[in-house]
Amino acid sequence: MSEKILLALDHIEGIASLPVYAQHGGYAVLKKGLSDIPAQQVVEEVKISGLRGRGGAGFPTGLKWSFLAKPEGVPRYLVCNADESEPGTFKDRYLMERNPHLLIEGMIISSYGLGANTAYIYIRGEYFYIARILEQAIKEAYAEGYLGKNILNSGFDLNLHVHVGAGAYICGEETALLESLEGKRGNPRIKPPFPAVQGLYNCPTVVNNVETLAAVVPILDKGGAAYAAVGIGKSTGTKLISASGHINRPGVYEIELGVPVEEFIYSDEYCGGMRNGKKLKAVVAGGSSVPILPADLILKTAEGAPRLMSYESLAEGGFQTGTMMGSGGFIVMDEDTSIVKNLYTFARFYHHESCGQCSPCREGTGWMERILHKILDGHGTIMDIDLLWDIQKNIDGKTICPLGEAAAWPVASAIRHFRSEFEEYVLNPHLIEDVKHYYRLQTI
Amino acid sequence: MTHYPENQSRSALIPVLHMAQSDFGGWLSVPVMDYVASVLNLLPIQVYEVASFYSMFNLKPVGNYMIEVCRTSSCWLCGAEDIMAHLENKLGIKVGQTTADGMFTLKAVECLGSCGTAPMMQVGADYYENLTIEKVDFIMEELKKENKYSRYC
Ligand SMILES: Cc1cc2nc3c(=O)[nH]c(=O)nc-3n(C[C@H](O)[C@H](O)[C@H](O)COP(=O)(O)O)c2cc1C
Ligand code: FES
Repeated sequence: MSEKILLALDHIEGIASLPVYAQHGGYAVLKKGLSDIPAQQVVEEVKISGLRGRGGAGFPTGLKWSFLAKPEGVPRYLVCNADESEPGTFKDRYLMERNPHLLIEGMIISSYGLGANTAYIYIRGEYFYIARILEQAIKEAYAEGYLGKNILNSGFDLNLHVHVGAGAYICGEETALLESLEGKRGNPRIKPPFPAVQGLYNCPTVVNNVETLAAVVPILDKGGAAYAAVGIGKSTGTKLISASGHINRPGVYEIELGVPVEEFIYSDEYCGGMRNGKKLKAVVAGGSSVPILPADLILKTAEGAPRLMSYESLAEGGFQTGTMMGSGGFIVMDEDTSIVKNLYTFARFYHHESCGQCSPCREGTGWMERILHKILDGHGTIMDIDLLWDIQKNIDGKTICPLGEAAAWPVASAIRHFRSEFEEYVLNPHLIEDVKHYYRLQTI
Repeated sequence: MTHYPENQSRSALIPVLHMAQSDFGGWLSVPVMDYVASVLNLLPIQVYEVASFYSMFNLKPVGNYMIEVCRTSSCWLCGAEDIMAHLENKLGIKVGQTTADGMFTLKAVECLGSCGTAPMMQVGADYYENLTIEKVDFIMEELKKENKYSRYC
């Protein structure tokens, strides 16, 4: 049974309300006295903890914070990325719904450390009911003096607001998110300048994922070193994994980084094995954007070592035989799954979500969707498979933001590991049943 | 509006569009968008370009209930196609259409963060998860009985 850090309290009745949260040790860091901790120490503890961004890229949080520019007289902002739109990911929703005060406390401590007096939670519009939960929790925090002017006599002021988006995956990309927060289309910005220098309203800004900011609470409470003692190597601490697909127990699991993938899929503590006793065929381990791996490569690395749920182990073998931790959206597929069709749902998704700024992504995602549709429709040729490969290669690395890569990698990995299945579709179209079903080209 | 610094009222655009859509029948007509522009002191084009970018804003009239079925990977793996087929048959319309009585609009959407409770659909602000055909039938009956406009904000 691995240690629970973020979800330690999520089963407690009423934990979403401030009194119950406080009763179980919530807001302890604030109550100990914010002003007793120098702001720099907050950043140092986070550095020591080895915490890495939980939004997908896995960039060390302490390091990111240390890049924040601090010109005199210019406000700084902290923005929580609660856009959570990566297919297969639903952990932030779970965390905010169950324990909103953990995020709020994390944001107060982080804002203090960064010297930000205004913070926003940018939440996807579809999570409207969660925005309500957060607003309620924020109201409670203001009433207790945890937010607002001179928080618990520390001399530190913070205003925290919830901002709802309106349905756009791209707004999870941090610069697109800032554009959106400024009331514009979610077109990613060219970097540099990075948000740490010119972010929201051109002011220095830190953007962090919900889970990242929540993890700041235990880090400051127990110390960065205690957090770093959990996990494996540079993958410190715990990670929330959203498990879905053909498993017996889908849901959000907090794992200590380093748990073997095999244990994660088959043990009753986590996914509880494959549904209906089927065999495992493939896994998308970190949200739709990361390379898909066949069963043998997700359970063991190409060298035959057990694959672990850690940033390093999942990435072992690079793109040839490895994948990535990503956002922790763990999608499991059984032996009956059509990899081509699953890929089609991804390709259509990226086509739908491309912001349209960069031609390779805007055009390429549409091409990939149409070719996959053609193959599924029984009209594909062997050349179409090569064409798909070429298109993804021409998107990869040629766009302003990483949505291009996110659209290319699933295609590349599916062809790399399951080419024979694509060929089957092309060579034996009469074997394809029900493909004309519901997957249409038009997006609505 | 008080959430944003002075001179940054444009930031309020998306929240205000949500309110406008909710108050004006679930979609944004040009006059409504022009009105929003005047309230926020923006050019009409600044409103149109945002309204057309985000998938939650409807630029055409929709039914009282907007039924949005997720079609992305995890939901597809767990049978979203069957749910969609059932809804199409039941309502006698295709994806993207509205029933003749103006009650339901059926829409396919991308991952809504319910992958662990797939398949799922959203109606207004409400999530309906772990769907089965029977469950969909039950939900539809309830919605018909209530027959109210599904506001999400
Ligand atoms: C297309 C795209 C979508 C993204 N979506 C999200 C998201 O929904 N949530 C998130 O936290 N990060 C998302 N990211 C990553 C953010 O750009 C950014 O790296 C992250 O918010 C930083 O926070 P972290 O360091 O705490 O992970 C996305 C990135 C890209 C390129
Ligand atoms: S795939 Fe349907 S909610 Fe995520």
